[in-house]
Amino acid sequence: MTTKAGTTVAADPSDPSPPAVRLLRRRGVEFTLTVVAVLLSMYGYCAVGLAKNGTVPPGAADYGAGLGVLALLAHLVVRVRAPYADPLLLPIAVLLNGLGLVLIHRLDLETPGDQAAPAQLNWSTLGVALFITVVALLRDHRVLQRYAYVSVVAALALLVLPILFPPVNGARIWVRIAGFSLQPGEFAKVLLAVFFAGYLAANRNALAYAGRQIWRFKRLQLPTGRVLGPIVTIWLLSVGVLVLERDLGTSLLFFGLFVIMLYVATGRTGWIAVGLLLACVGAVAVGWLEPHVHSRVEDWLHPFASIEAGEGPGQLAQSLFAFAAGGLLGTGLGLGHSVLIGFAAKSDFILATAGEELGLAGLSAIFLLYALLVERGYRTGLALRDPFGRLLAIGLASIVALQVFVIAGGVTGLIPLTGMAMPFLAQGGSSVVTNWIIVALLMRLSDSARRQYDRHDGPQDRAAAFGRGA
Amino acid sequence: MTKYIRRAAALCALLLIALLVNATRIQVLQSRVYDDNPANRRPTIARWGQPRGNIVVEGRPVTGSKDTREQLRYERTYRDGPLYAPVTGFASQVYGTTFLEHAEDSLLDGSDPLLSFLPLWNDITRDRNAGGEVVTTLQEAAQRAAYVGLGARRGAVAALEPATGRVLALVSRPSYDPAVLSGNGPPVAEAWARLNGDAGRPMLNRAVRQTYPPGSTFKVVTAAAALDAGVVTDLDAPTRSPEPYTLPGTSTSLSNEVEGCENASLRHAFEWSCNTVFAKLGVDVGLGPMTDTARAFGFNDSGLRIPFSVAPSSFDTEMDRAQLALSSIGQYDTRATPLQMALVTAAVANGGSLRSPYLVERTTTAAGRTVATRGARTLRQAMNPATARRLRELMRGVVEDGTGTNAAIRHATVGGKTGTAQHGIGNSGTPYAWFIGWAQADDAVEPQVAVAVVVEDAEAVRGEISGGGDAAPIAREVMEAVLRAAD
Repeated sequence: MTTKAGTTVAADPSDPSPPAVRLLRRRGVEFTLTVVAVLLSMYGYCAVGLAKNGTVPPGAADYGAGLGVLALLAHLVVRVRAPYADPLLLPIAVLLNGLGLVLIHRLDLETPGDQAAPAQLNWSTLGVALFITVVALLRDHRVLQRYAYVSVVAALALLVLPILFPPVNGARIWVRIAGFSLQPGEFAKVLLAVFFAGYLAANRNALAYAGRQIWRFKRLQLPTGRVLGPIVTIWLLSVGVLVLERDLGTSLLFFGLFVIMLYVATGRTGWIAVGLLLACVGAVAVGWLEPHVHSRVEDWLHPFASIEAGEGPGQLAQSLFAFAAGGLLGTGLGLGHSVLIGFAAKSDFILATAGEELGLAGLSAIFLLYALLVERGYRTGLALRDPFGRLLAIGLASIVALQVFVIAGGVTGLIPLTGMAMPFLAQGGSSVVTNWIIVALLMRLSDSARRQYDRHDGPQDRAAAFGRGA
Repeated sequence: MTKYIRRAAALCALLLIALLVNATRIQVLQSRVYDDNPANRRPTIARWGQPRGNIVVEGRPVTGSKDTREQLRYERTYRDGPLYAPVTGFASQVYGTTFLEHAEDSLLDGSDPLLSFLPLWNDITRDRNAGGEVVTTLQEAAQRAAYVGLGARRGAVAALEPATGRVLALVSRPSYDPAVLSGNGPPVAEAWARLNGDAGRPMLNRAVRQTYPPGSTFKVVTAAAALDAGVVTDLDAPTRSPEPYTLPGTSTSLSNEVEGCENASLRHAFEWSCNTVFAKLGVDVGLGPMTDTARAFGFNDSGLRIPFSVAPSSFDTEMDRAQLALSSIGQYDTRATPLQMALVTAAVANGGSLRSPYLVERTTTAAGRTVATRGARTLRQAMNPATARRLRELMRGVVEDGTGTNAAIRHATVGGKTGTAQHGIGNSGTPYAWFIGWAQADDAVEPQVAVAVVVEDAEAVRGEISGGGDAAPIAREVMEAVLRAAD
């Protein structure tokens, strides 16, 4: 990923001028990769049209132009306001969002009465607009630390809000206002990550070193009641969300996020033990007591039970059929039958379409794109110096990682299925907007990380911090 | 903190690996388990995702496909569905396939690997070949003559070309339109229930899947056995048979419905269908030679396929002499499909050599490249050529002077045998009317058609059913149609 010009100049010891600051920005790389991402998405769009109707779809140019303009605007703002930001984040986001639009459009062709792609494009536009806003207006991420407690209050409010609304398909996670369906829980993730980062950055020493030891091992040191309080609160919150909203995925995500951030902040394995214990107790209890969650576990253990009962394949079975039909190379875009999954084929089960039509090869590529996104987040966390920034970067990247694991593991039968959106890929306005905000925050964080090295450190440190040495 | 970040990153990497390993398991290692699950609709969707190949009669397809734009996209259509139903069967998206649609299914739906130009090519490209075509041996005129001839009566007709074994007509009445079963949805389910509940059993292919007591038509087999075994050497010599004939070992006596059977010659007994003479002949020939001859004609053969399977016709191999006497006149346990009786006639017409019957002349790809052809094959020698020549003479006599005059055709030599088979408990059922025969135009070098007709009509008055009266005219129509087509 190093630009040719960059390595040449930086590696040339005879160059008398100080290391060129501009050359680290790598905005050219970002631009090129973004163009590639837009072209790949356009190619996918055309492939769907060719497979389904034998012609290049008439809207291909418009689609490409729309996605291209959005990507270009985002790129220009990054160029001006976050010139040091990581060059991979934006292209990955554009590619995943573009691919998601292609897959949703592809499924729209099978369901003429239910067109989801236009709305998804609008939401993507809004997401990019928010991305631009965040990158343009948020000059320093440390500002956010001041709003940690405001964030947690807002997050709680957003989480409680859907309880006032009627459940949709068994889960109370939706808010319907003026024809729009919103999932406030999606936004709450970011706010909670901000809160955790702020709270842990402020209290990590107290959490790490106070408390009494069980046995003589420091590893099993338990914290004092005062610091334990907020953690138990969060655990209760997760279980509360689970029970009241029947949303196993979100509660799993919150709790996993919290445990990871706590561990990173304190380095106490004891926390992990306590966290896992609490998670197990909560999961087992709810799994037994809550019928909605219980049936999900049953489906996971016996995906073909409904077939044996003569009721035809359930969603998970259909999803597994779709993945299996894809094989190594897939059927090709537009040539699969993942629409058999029926309900939620465009949202929770979007990955099955990718798996069937792009095969294991395409699916692995998508997983690796997510992995790269997460990896860039973690690298940013490593490069940053302030604890809040580090924790925020780790938190945001972990949200993506956990979310991908929970839903991808769910639709492939690795873990019990929980309703959750595949970041950028799945139909869902709240989700796509939230993910653009996450990427925007990561852009801002990585910009800060690189900027600081650029101002204060020599090239060796830089090299150590970015890629080669790290 | 850096150390812990790295550990958390390692956890994320672990999650990624778990996803990739699991995806490999589902998509590659265990994909067959999922692909082969009967609840997986994908094979069905692929099967109906392209037009099915056609079944062709004399250059014209009798089937078609229509694009429904539904999930199972192409639906089978039929031209003259009821006429060809015993041959084509149905191809239903719900209820499977029967007859030619079943026997040639993989060729018609394009999955037969022989259709692809290169071996394994389709496995690589994930393509499916266009459905191939099945060219039948049927003659439309003969098929139609048989279908119209039977009319509203229950029964079946099978006609063959004796020299090759090509099936020229295969008709069963009552019939049905297989198109009503093609699609899916409530109308198809209703049609399925209605057809299965119908007392006339329209989906039963009586020509190949129903066995009947052959009655007097079986006397051809008995005569062949007697001539082959040398029990009778002179067709015109008296056979020293009493009337009535007391079945050996019993006090039951067998009589005739016609006069002049006592001590009659084989010719007279054959022309006038004397039960007493043939019952005694069968006993004189003996069980061993009788079963050998019956087997040589195709009885007790459960492996016959044309290419769909034919119900085995039966001649009991373990009987006492009284039962053998009854069996020799086509009663007791003797049962035959109409196709089997057509084979008996064809063997006689073809000099004793029995050709394996077949319905599919050749199969081709959609583009017309031949996949497989089927020529004449000898099944076995059913009798001596001399016996066959003498039997032809006897059968000619039936049409010229005897019970089968209704089958006579101008400018042609016709041989035949009538039959009126008793059945039911105490022979209480309405008898079946049989006619089997062959025809040779005056300018032809060999017989061109062999036919068997059975009419089972539950609604007719008992005494009015007879082979000569009911079945022979239908046979004549069919044979005429074939002879006319040869001109």
